[in-house]
Amino acid sequence: MLKAEDRIFTNLYGNQPWNLSAAKKRGDWDGTKDIILKGRDWIVDEMKASGLRGRGGAGFPTGLKWSFMPKNDDGLPRYLVVNADEGEPGTCKDRDMMRNDPHKLVEGCLIAGVAMGATAGYIYIRGEFHNEAEVVDAAIAEAYDAGLIGKNACGTGYDFDLYLHRGAGAYICGEETALIESLEGKKGQPRLKPPFPAMAGLYGRPTTVNNVETIAAAPTILRRGATWFSSFGRENNAGTKVFCISGHVNTPCNVEEAMSIPLRELIEKHAGGVRGGWDNLLAVIPGGSSTPILPKDICDDVLMDFDALKEVQSGLGTAAVIVMDKSTDVVKAIARLSYFYMHESCGQCTPCREGFGWVNRVMNRMVTGDARMEEIDMLHQVTKEIEGHTICAHGDGGSWPIQGLLRHFRPELEKRILARQQAAA
Amino acid sequence: MSGLDIAPDEMQPKAFAFDAEHDARANVIIAKYPDIKKQSAVMPLLDLAQRQHGGWIPRAAIEMIADRLEMPSIRVWEVATFYTMYFLAPKGQHKVQVCTTTPCWLRGSDDVVKACKDHLGIGFGQVTEDGKFSLHEVECLGACVNAPMIQIDDDYYEDLDAASTTRILEAFAKGETPEHGPQNGRRGSEPAKA
Ligand SMILES: Cc1cc2nc3c(=O)[nH]c(=O)nc-3n(C[C@H](O)[C@H](O)[C@H](O)COP(=O)(O)O)c2cc1C
Ligand code: SF4
Ligand code: FES
Repeated sequence: MLKAEDRIFTNLYGNQPWNLSAAKKRGDWDGTKDIILKGRDWIVDEMKASGLRGRGGAGFPTGLKWSFMPKNDDGLPRYLVVNADEGEPGTCKDRDMMRNDPHKLVEGCLIAGVAMGATAGYIYIRGEFHNEAEVVDAAIAEAYDAGLIGKNACGTGYDFDLYLHRGAGAYICGEETALIESLEGKKGQPRLKPPFPAMAGLYGRPTTVNNVETIAAAPTILRRGATWFSSFGRENNAGTKVFCISGHVNTPCNVEEAMSIPLRELIEKHAGGVRGGWDNLLAVIPGGSSTPILPKDICDDVLMDFDALKEVQSGLGTAAVIVMDKSTDVVKAIARLSYFYMHESCGQCTPCREGFGWVNRVMNRMVTGDARMEEIDMLHQVTKEIEGHTICAHGDGGSWPIQGLLRHFRPELEKRILARQQAAA
Repeated sequence: MSGLDIAPDEMQPKAFAFDAEHDARANVIIAKYPDIKKQSAVMPLLDLAQRQHGGWIPRAAIEMIADRLEMPSIRVWEVATFYTMYFLAPKGQHKVQVCTTTPCWLRGSDDVVKACKDHLGIGFGQVTEDGKFSLHEVECLGACVNAPMIQIDDDYYEDLDAASTTRILEAFAKGETPEHGPQNGRRGSEPAKA
């Protein structure tokens, strides 16, 4: 179990105030100037060495991402954009970091901003997080007043402005290019890549989009050192991570743990175990709604990291663990997700817009058994036609949950169809 | 997407202007973006208009925002109809938004939905006769370890069951604003004490 002193997010539950003086007591804004004065290359190299991979779902190495920003300074703006749109079902960690520990995020923005040569940052927070937005806004104001950001931030000679922008309810704005469109005052519809944001992002300027947790973890990593961070988790899966454990556990919660912790240990140590005991487990969605479901026998010993979950054809995603006990109608659980992906399609690509509508209609019939046997294979085929054939990864994210269900629970679908046919006969 | 539920002409005010308080806030918001990129302020300005106008955005506000941000009004319409948090027709004085996505459903959002429908006597998308409440089904609100949950206006009510849901709605009906957050005594997302 991760020791208390090795936690980055020491105020995750809000047991202490969020404000600047309390944050400083927790160690935030300590030696920020020294870190910044070590320079852009040092910060990027240290982040690379730490092994931190993006916490927004795709797991892209953070130091490497920061290094993609152009090195030559043309005197025009460049941007850090923080993705605080948190909408992947199961995921609710960024919310805690923003409402209870916002200075980690603000300090992280300054440091990341310097490391990528950004002149300003925007934090894009989902509109429903109204109270969280008020806290982040107040923390930004505190940091300005204390001279920590703005002109000559922390006395380093760097200028860095930071703003909060509120969304208005659209999951798709979490996709980084949709987020940029939305920030420009448009519908949140993803852009075709390339060009990638590091070349042409917000207002056509070089931009890097990072998740809240990625940015908020950076100051502590740099203070305690890459070696400290990379001492947690297996190789290529370094660090600590905030897990969100929801569904049929005795005590659902968010908790920071070491990467590569066994799933069973995570659930039993922190979430009070599966309702009715481990043997009452049916399945787990390990990393937010997009990641394929895993039946109990895989859950028995799988580790919670990028590589281990990929090996079992799922993913770490946002590390949002959704637990289902044996009372669950697993077909209905996934059918409800298919509704989500249909509802949240931005409508630009035909496979996503039309495909998820079809998938949802068929899934609803699978729940009752009012489907034809051959439609099981058709479901698979249609998701394969959506996956990889759309502008953004929403097409993939909506296809994987269906594929996971078919992979592990096909007999359940067949059983329902047969039962329905027999009842009709 | 919010669909095209637009208030009929007879409900539309002829003109709309920000009052002093909202105007000051609009200026603070516009200053966050580069001078030539004022359009970026369209979302927060729509939100301000909705707050000032009792929870929905009239056509006149859309025209006013287009003028103020020097953008074609069709672009403001596109934004106003794309995002689920903008309402173009009056809703209840309190918007009761129930999350029914899988993590909430696993922990009993069906009971919460039923409690809301029974207590308010309306279905999703409807407004109570006295205009006090409207009921909305929403997708994951990012509070899944505190499921099931609802959002009423700006606040989250979490760790609900049928009884606590009813209690909260009764309090709102009496003009009170009950304490938001977890309703089972725990703090935030910490594990509940056994
Ligand atoms: C449909 C969709 C929704 C997404 N939603 C989020 C989100 O809410 N928050 C987030 O940080 N990343 C989200 N992402 C991932 C972002 O596109 C991007 O990869 C991420 O913000 C990068 O940050 P990181 O490198 O720090 O992980 C989403 C991606 C897709 C395709
Ligand atoms: S895949 Fe879906 S959400 Fe993504 S751009 Fe295409 S239509 Fe929009
Ligand atoms: S599923 Fe309801 S808050 Fe996430």
